[in-house]
Amino acid sequence: MSNAPVNNGRRRFLTAATAVVGGVGVAGVAVPFIGSWNPSARAKAAGAPVEVNVGKIQPGQLIRAAWRGKPVYVVRRSDKMLADLAKHTDQLKDPESLEEQQPVYATNAHRSIKPEFMVALGVCTHLGCAPTYHKGDFGEKVEGVVNGFYCPCHGSMFDMAGRVFQSVPAPLNLVVPEHSFPTADTLLIGVGQGEV
Amino acid sequence: MLVKLFTDFMGWIDKRLPVTDAWNKHLAQYPAPKNFNFWYFFGSLAMLVLVNQIVTGIWLTMNYEPSGEGAFASIEYIMRDVDYGWLLRYMHSTGASAFFIVVYMHMMRGLMYGSYQKPRELLWIFGMLIFLVLMAEAFMGYLLPWGNMSYWGAQVIISLFGAVPIIGDDLTLWIRGDYVISGATLNRFFALHVIALPLVLVILVFLHILALHEVGSNNPEGIDVKKPKGSIKPEELSKFKFHKQYTDKYDIVDAIPFHPYYSVKDIMGVAGFLIVFCWVMFFAPEGGGYFMEAPNFEPANGLKTPEHIAPVWYFGPFYTILRIIPDKLLGAICMFSAIIVLFLLPWFDRGVVKSMKYRSTAHLVNLIQFAICFVVLGVLGTLPATPVYNLIGTVATFGYFGFFVALWFYSKNEKTKPVPERISG
Repeated sequence: MSNAPVNNGRRRFLTAATAVVGGVGVAGVAVPFIGSWNPSARAKAAGAPVEVNVGKIQPGQLIRAAWRGKPVYVVRRSDKMLADLAKHTDQLKDPESLEEQQPVYATNAHRSIKPEFMVALGVCTHLGCAPTYHKGDFGEKVEGVVNGFYCPCHGSMFDMAGRVFQSVPAPLNLVVPEHSFPTADTLLIGVGQGEV
Repeated sequence: MLVKLFTDFMGWIDKRLPVTDAWNKHLAQYPAPKNFNFWYFFGSLAMLVLVNQIVTGIWLTMNYEPSGEGAFASIEYIMRDVDYGWLLRYMHSTGASAFFIVVYMHMMRGLMYGSYQKPRELLWIFGMLIFLVLMAEAFMGYLLPWGNMSYWGAQVIISLFGAVPIIGDDLTLWIRGDYVISGATLNRFFALHVIALPLVLVILVFLHILALHEVGSNNPEGIDVKKPKGSIKPEELSKFKFHKQYTDKYDIVDAIPFHPYYSVKDIMGVAGFLIVFCWVMFFAPEGGGYFMEAPNFEPANGLKTPEHIAPVWYFGPFYTILRIIPDKLLGAICMFSAIIVLFLLPWFDRGVVKSMKYRSTAHLVNLIQFAICFVVLGVLGTLPATPVYNLIGTVATFGYFGFFVALWFYSKNEKTKPVPERISG
């Protein structure tokens, strides 16, 4: 044992320095543990774009495609459906699609690239359930609106452009995924217009 | 001869680890108030259910396959092909619901007798942490059968994190480990459910009991059995021998050793509990669709939402608060607040009288309306959302939070009845 007097300043410095270096070490070690929760390379690969043939969809018909495990609703809207979109805008939360729930190229009155094709994730923006398509009998839910989507979980409602109605739990319009039409009859979900 | 062998053996141990001392301090010479009623069964029952969950859980993992492809089939395999597999699984699933019944009763006991008040605030907080971890544990366990309700229930709850501003979407992606709930999510939930959270739970229970024994048990009268040293005449002291850790600092009155008096009493509670538990387990393991929900008997399907998504009954109260609010972020905030206010209960209550027996009528009314609102919220959580139910739910939510607000106001200058010095009878 040395009899040299205790240098408290140096002790404090060494304690603090050790704590800081140790803290950096802990933060460094945390990286792989937190990072390993990210989607794996396999999950990312499974999230690749999907192609849908839309040539045979009848007016008013809905088909479901699966992309990244989520249902994508593709509806060929009839002329009447398109005309009806403008009639109930006063009952919607976000009729102008101001919230970024769709790519820029789908930020328009019909929320799509081609007016006739509605492309939206069939995932309610409240808590992720799949809204059901009410063709012709939506008037039971919202008076005067003939067609729309009704979420069976908590009663959220959307119109034929995936726009959410007022006083329902869902806060936002349905998400329009990145999509494009490489040919007239082919819809590519996951790759945006002009990206390829 | 055998007795001497045992005494020598314990002597050898005690020189190296104070086992006998710990036994005395926490059981044989722990001073428990003499007036515990049936509400005091639920602490030991919670321990019993915890052990049941751990043991049956270990056995279930022996045949369960934690993968998106194999999970659902492995549950059917356990139910049909593994000897006693059905029994082990029903013990575990019934145990989950029983755990919450027991814990809710245990918490209600704390509310009625003021067991959260000073000096038991930390004890209460450990209890609340146990409740929080238990909810996480139950939520993750419910995904493991990989039925359709497992899947969509998890979908709803994980989406809640999407309400966090800015990082919400990335956060949900990180929690799921995929763009949707998938095998990756299932595997991490399995790891947390069988290793991480049970470890945390056991440690918290240990701390809960240590904290309890440091401050001592409350009782239905809310009268402390530990009196200042020297304040009690020797002939009035409790006749039992208590551990010196307690008698060195306090004069102990109106108390009996936990063991054998309350260990025997708790066996009574266990017997009664097991009768009900076994009846459910053998005759109604699905709990009428509340313990196991019908859509969960078909495999998880990301493209097909069940008609009516309801959480398991024990999340009902919090789920109702979430969904009556027509704003996602605000709804999630209110739901989490419903738990946070419980954490803060010892500070909402500014009163000094513990038991409802000696508190004002206002307090009794407040307690009753709180219990009713909690049950109503729970029932609504399992029912579909309709305008009428939402209205009732809104009223009950105000009742729930109103309990805490009202308590804070009236407890400051509450008109209480005189509290006796000693526990009578």
